[in-house]
Amino acid sequence: MAAANAPAGLFDCRDAYVRAVEELAAADNRIVAVVNDSVGSSKLGKFRDRFPDRLINVGIAEQNMVGVGAGLANGGKIPFVSGAGSFLTARAMEQIKADCAYSEQNVKLCGISSGVAYGELGATHHSIEDIAWLRAIDKLTVIVPADPWETAAAIKAAAAHDGPVYVKISRMPVPELARPAGAAFAIGKAETLCEGGDIALVVNGTLVHRALAAAEALAAEGVAARVVNMATVSPLDTDALAAAAATGAIVTAEEGLAHGGLGGAVAEYCAQHAPVRMRMLGFAGFQPTGSVDWLFERSGLTAEGIAAAAREMLALRG
Amino acid sequence: METVGLARSGGRSGAENARVERVRERANWMRRRLLGMIVDAGQGHPGGDLSSADILASLYFDILRIDPKAPSALDRDRFVMSKGHCTGALYTALAGAGFFAEAELDTYLKPGSRLNGHPNRAYLPGVETNTGPLGHGLPVAVGIAVAGQIDGADFRTFVLTGDGELQEGSVWEAAMFAGHRGLGKLTVIVDRNRLQQGAKTEDTNSLEPLADKWRAFGWQVAGVDGHDHAALLAAFDAAAEPRDKPLVIIADTHKGQGVSFMRDQAGWHHGVPNAEQYAEALRELGAELEAEMK
Repeated sequence: MAAANAPAGLFDCRDAYVRAVEELAAADNRIVAVVNDSVGSSKLGKFRDRFPDRLINVGIAEQNMVGVGAGLANGGKIPFVSGAGSFLTARAMEQIKADCAYSEQNVKLCGISSGVAYGELGATHHSIEDIAWLRAIDKLTVIVPADPWETAAAIKAAAAHDGPVYVKISRMPVPELARPAGAAFAIGKAETLCEGGDIALVVNGTLVHRALAAAEALAAEGVAARVVNMATVSPLDTDALAAAAATGAIVTAEEGLAHGGLGGAVAEYCAQHAPVRMRMLGFAGFQPTGSVDWLFERSGLTAEGIAAAAREMLALRG
Repeated sequence: METVGLARSGGRSGAENARVERVRERANWMRRRLLGMIVDAGQGHPGGDLSSADILASLYFDILRIDPKAPSALDRDRFVMSKGHCTGALYTALAGAGFFAEAELDTYLKPGSRLNGHPNRAYLPGVETNTGPLGHGLPVAVGIAVAGQIDGADFRTFVLTGDGELQEGSVWEAAMFAGHRGLGKLTVIVDRNRLQQGAKTEDTNSLEPLADKWRAFGWQVAGVDGHDHAALLAAFDAAAEPRDKPLVIIADTHKGQGVSFMRDQAGWHHGVPNAEQYAEALRELGAELEAEMK
């Protein structure tokens, strides 16, 4: 597997996304792609060459893009509507709510280059609010995959699911996570990547491999951290959350706002059903210009930042 | 500026007369029924319902190839009610066409009813997409028409928009793309009653020259008297001719059409007739019906 713009051993999840969509399209002519002049940034050039009639480029018009997606679903297609996460979600929010979710249309929304992938371009291009916004919408499944395997699996699961789905797709280089043979992805099912009873790290997307590294550092200090990959934010896997809460402390971390997203969802559940001390790591608000790595570091979204938050929690518990 | 000729009906054959009379009778029934629903519910949008009733009657009782027993059939014609607040007209048309029992109209806006203030396809067969916020119908209809274009399908897609609704930018995103794709099986009808919620469209944010706007976006444009049933049927028949452009039919209409004290009155956008007004409205509609039956 080669990702041209990712360092050795790391992968751009867009490649896994387009491979999965092409594979689906080859097997099912209902699969279509809808883009907002984003063939290149969505890496759908090869899809266009293979399935020219099934690549619908509406131009720079996100409200129409999502409405057209809903109409294609009405017409029997399974549309993958792909655009930069920031524009797809913010610009077309009412179309996502009314035309896709409330209308219960079978539309797959793919937020490309989400989070702070466009680091230097600034907060207009960062998509850190998307999960907070979208998880508030009823009937919309929300998935944040962690690596190429999970991205491909989530796309295939989204295609098989009859209903609207949002998949947040990163372009930030990430490693392929080690998984046991036979590992399977299911919408609404969290993945416990590391068992542990001292504290739980509940994470998703680009923070999963960082949380695993944090758990390794904590293990060296004699702390057994449980790492839960909560790829589906809506609906939440509450069984996995109950088990996480049973450790007595939870740290959440996500490439998004520190409030309202995954951390907010976990806090809502735990406050009502499994009260537990929590720390929520993410971005505090609009981010300045800067490289992606710098933005992650300044907000503590690193293995060291997650481990430090875990140590603070353990110290509080005494 | 180019203007659009307003099609009005001329001489007709006996068979044509029967088509027209059926649509006329159904439109009159819709008007009487929807006014009763609004009175019973204590709220509604009678002005727009009455403005669009003849257009919906022409579509649902003559033009659309739909089967209420197969509301999800892939090859069905689609009608998208973009002005989703006009549910009095939509629900009476759907009930009249057989998508649900007419008696259910009595539940309009009642707690738990399938007959929401704005239509919901998840509850109610025959509804294609959930509308209410304006500017949503055309993008969805364009997607439906693109699906048909990809498949080389025969079905037609119709959308009814309000005229004030054309102030929404999403309408023009979709109009531009429909023109670009040459969606020849797509027809928009603009309910051009010249009134939006609180005022005249031309005093609020003017739409004219409206036909020129659509032409510039790559559309074929026709005009019709939106209350002349024969002219509406002729316009929809003509819309079935092969085209390489989408078609917009600008229907010259009157808010509150059929009830003299509501006609062209912005105040009846929302509003509920009192008992006396309701009786007067029914008398006017009945008188119209009696006149037709002679």
